Amino acid sequence: MEAFTTHTGRAVPLRRSNVDTDQIIPAVWLKQVSRTGFEKGLFAAWREDPEFVLNRPEYQGASILVAGPDFGTGSSREHAVWALQQYGFRAVVSARFGDIFRNNATKAGLLPIELPEANVERLQAKIEANPAKEFTIDLSRRELRCDEDGVQSFEIDDYTRWRLLEGLDDIGLTLRHTDEITAYEEGRRSWLPVTA
Amino acid sequence: MGRTLADKVYDAHVVRSAEGEPDVLYIDLHLVHEVTSPQAFDGLRMADRAIRRPDLTIATEDHNVPTTDILSPIADPVSRAQVETLRKNCAEFGVRLHPMGDAGQGIVHVIGPQLGLTQPGMTVVCGDSHTSTHGAFGALAFGIGTSEVEHVLATQTLSQRRPKMMAVTVNGTLPYGVTAKDLILAVIARIGTGGGQGHVVEYRGEAIRALSMEGRMTVCNMSIEAGARAGMIAPDETTFAYLEGRPHAPSGDDWEAAKEYWRSLHTDDDATFDKEVVIDAAELTPFVTWGTNPGQGVPLAAYVPDPAAYDDPTQRSAAERALEYMGLTAGTPLRDVAVDTVFVGSCTNGRIEDLRAAADVIKGRKVADGVRMLVVPGSMKVKAQAEEEGLNEVFTAAGAEWRQAGCSMCLGMNPDQLKPGERSASTSNRNFEGRQGKGGRTHLVSPAVAAATAVTGHLAAPADL
Repeated sequence: MEAFTTHTGRAVPLRRSNVDTDQIIPAVWLKQVSRTGFEKGLFAAWREDPEFVLNRPEYQGASILVAGPDFGTGSSREHAVWALQQYGFRAVVSARFGDIFRNNATKAGLLPIELPEANVERLQAKIEANPAKEFTIDLSRRELRCDEDGVQSFEIDDYTRWRLLEGLDDIGLTLRHTDEITAYEEGRRSWLPVTA
Repeated sequence: MGRTLADKVYDAHVVRSAEGEPDVLYIDLHLVHEVTSPQAFDGLRMADRAIRRPDLTIATEDHNVPTTDILSPIADPVSRAQVETLRKNCAEFGVRLHPMGDAGQGIVHVIGPQLGLTQPGMTVVCGDSHTSTHGAFGALAFGIGTSEVEHVLATQTLSQRRPKMMAVTVNGTLPYGVTAKDLILAVIARIGTGGGQGHVVEYRGEAIRALSMEGRMTVCNMSIEAGARAGMIAPDETTFAYLEGRPHAPSGDDWEAAKEYWRSLHTDDDATFDKEVVIDAAELTPFVTWGTNPGQGVPLAAYVPDPAAYDDPTQRSAAERALEYMGLTAGTPLRDVAVDTVFVGSCTNGRIEDLRAAADVIKGRKVADGVRMLVVPGSMKVKAQAEEEGLNEVFTAAGAEWRQAGCSMCLGMNPDQLKPGERSASTSNRNFEGRQGKGGRTHLVSPAVAAATAVTGHLAAPADL
């Protein structure tokens, strides 16, 4: 996983709530067996509208998505996270995230930043007033900064922050505890089902 | 201090717990399908890792499966490649697979319970958000992404934090003609698509206890639509009766030992929940969605809502967008909404009781002119059972199409899709924009409402016939 320490970039406001993962990447794009190439499917249906915010010239190259509440609800497809990353996003800001999406994002190195809904709306208005404005995300300080208007703090637990800062993947970390997994397995109830 | 059902199951699976770190949680059953697994198998290969417990892993083909000709190779080369990739991966890593054409094939959340692999007190995961279905047995079951699929394959564990607990208590008795699907659609409309976020929902109360196992699966299945990764119902005699004698259920002395343990799996009287919702079953009626998220639902007898009636600006603009996408006008009676397609199936409502409920309504009647009705059993076993009962003939005599098992039009990864602008009454779980096909418009309903709608050509309950 790519480490996330600090990131500076422009943002794009997505003024829609309940952006489900079927919108982020429609099911037809999930048939690929590789882990790349999903940027083309990002918001595929919405991007057919030339007026859709991601199509507007002033937001080309933006790397922070600032979306309405309940972003990433629905399907567990991690392809939604890959599509956002491969399109160029490093972080998504929303008032609420779907649980599975948020989890997938932190596993793959896309930073989900949760802020109160009113703050998200203020950010969106600020971006719309000046799309060229740059924001800096400092994960170690848990801050989203915008030069002239100061700092917004966000919450993220210490462990997830550490994992993202170091770019560590969970499997390697868990495999350090293989002995404990083996010990647990010895105590499992004998009648639990096996598929074989 | 007492513990909830979910606490008890969670605690029994903690392999390792350390201050400041997530717990390592053991996984008893890992269900795999073709869509969310290929990149996880690739990850194993790149790191030269094996599957720790192939004997706790089972795979099936469901999302891409065509429901017309299941014995021929899939025509769509991309779908075919994905299914073939699963076959190669299962062969290479030693995972039992139920491929297309196999009598054990079906939707991943239908075959687990059918085989008796889903049991009370287990942890069950799958790279699919509707894994919550298995919580109907008192299992802690939730959907995961592909990175976590790889993690479970490699370690048989997940890195987890204890979820918060939410109780949804449904008191009283469901009125005649009101089903598990109506109940869960009403719950989602009440608490919203984010209402269960961060929580495991335990469904409790008289109306829940009175549900069959299949009804309980329908309820738990849609927990994710209320934002909760998992839904659970405490096991009871209904659960035991469903499980007894299934291929992978314990037998003999093991059966008695298992039941003794399972009886301890209930929320203690002095346990507390982080959030509680109480619903009176007697007030529930057949329920339908009008919008583009599963929380946008109303009783069938109601009208398409007016966005202006919402105080919250976010809800108001979401409602405006939804009406525009759905091609609906505020104030229209839902019963006046005409459909092109009726879909009966999916992991929500593709089990035998669902097919019986739809068949009961449509028996001796005809699908309305201009309406296409697809009936897609959730598994080949459900299909065989339905055919033994003659349900297939009831459907085909009415003019409906009787199909092979798979996810089908729930998400349109196979050829079963809506065309742009087409409208469906669907027993599936998601009415998202484009979910059933680009530009398609979906109304979520119960199997009984779906069948009545097929007869009249517009949204209807059996009582309207």
